[in-house]
Amino acid sequence: MAEIIVVTSGKGGVGKTTSSAAIGTGLALRGHKTVLVDFDVGLRNLDLIMGCERRVVFDLVNVINREATLNQALIKDKRTEGLFILPASQTRDKDALTVEGVESVLNELSEMFDYIVCDSPAGIEKGAQLALYFADTAIVVTNPEVSSVRDSDRILGVLQSKSRKAEQGGSIREHLLLTRYNPTRVQAGEMLSVEDVKDILAIPLLGVIPESEAVLKASNQGQPVVLDQQSDAGQAYLDAIARFLGEDREHRFLDVQRKGLLSRVFGRKG
Amino acid sequence: MGILGYFRTKKQNSASVAKERLQVLVAYERSQRNQPDYLPQMQQEILAVIAKYVDVSMDDVQVNLDENCSILELNVTLPETVKS
Repeated sequence: MAEIIVVTSGKGGVGKTTSSAAIGTGLALRGHKTVLVDFDVGLRNLDLIMGCERRVVFDLVNVINREATLNQALIKDKRTEGLFILPASQTRDKDALTVEGVESVLNELSEMFDYIVCDSPAGIEKGAQLALYFADTAIVVTNPEVSSVRDSDRILGVLQSKSRKAEQGGSIREHLLLTRYNPTRVQAGEMLSVEDVKDILAIPLLGVIPESEAVLKASNQGQPVVLDQQSDAGQAYLDAIARFLGEDREHRFLDVQRKGLLSRVFGRKG
Repeated sequence: MGILGYFRTKKQNSASVAKERLQVLVAYERSQRNQPDYLPQMQQEILAVIAKYVDVSMDDVQVNLDENCSILELNVTLPETVKS
């Protein structure tokens, strides 16, 4: 039986797909057989972030409608052993996903993998609700910014009332992943700090990903940012994954990095 | 610091403003979250009835429903002079 992880946020543009790609790849790097499932029907982008957009033949909706088998639709990642991608459909039909259809696909995936990472669409509509409905664990991606924090709190409400776990009287494990964190602005009092966001949302902190040039560089190249192990964001994701797997890792990149003389002169960009 | 520092301390930094606003908003939204969907409309209709007799505004009414939907508590703050 696989553990089903939903990467969700409510608000769009906070880094759900980037985080899904990073977490899925990180889990596979640690030797766990992992599948990344894109639930953003109509606006699929996980394939682009993972660099397999030209290898998409069949998608999640094809599998649900039995137009293709799961094995035909799964794309094997070429860089990371044990990692597969199940792309979303580009159909404009909003009702393409059904609870029964999603359940049967997840059940089948569950036999084949250790982790199923579901990349949720933005919003709290049907697509987002389906992405989280069967989850065991939720990773709530939040930016240190008012609208993102508010929407994260709303999605926590949905997780606690509209998921299968909640309906059965249980609860989904919740993790906070704070992304696009800028320690310089936090220090200047211009950005909510980790502690502020933790106080408000009151869920355990999985990791803090610093705002980083490496993220755009990685997405330009269709390569998940964890593979850029020199970068601060890549390392922060790897730390978060280690914590997810139960390791005790100290949080890094929370304070303003003082540049040494050498790096000032040579100006290495991460 | 000096004069510059004096002006700077007068202005609260924007992150703490953000935190305060969020704390108020999130607490309010959480209290609304567990309510059934019909509550806002019911509240409005009850208020319309009360307003027929007494001069009250929406802000004078507080509706609390306990978690198991077994007790509905409706608090209406009446104005000091009641219409006759």
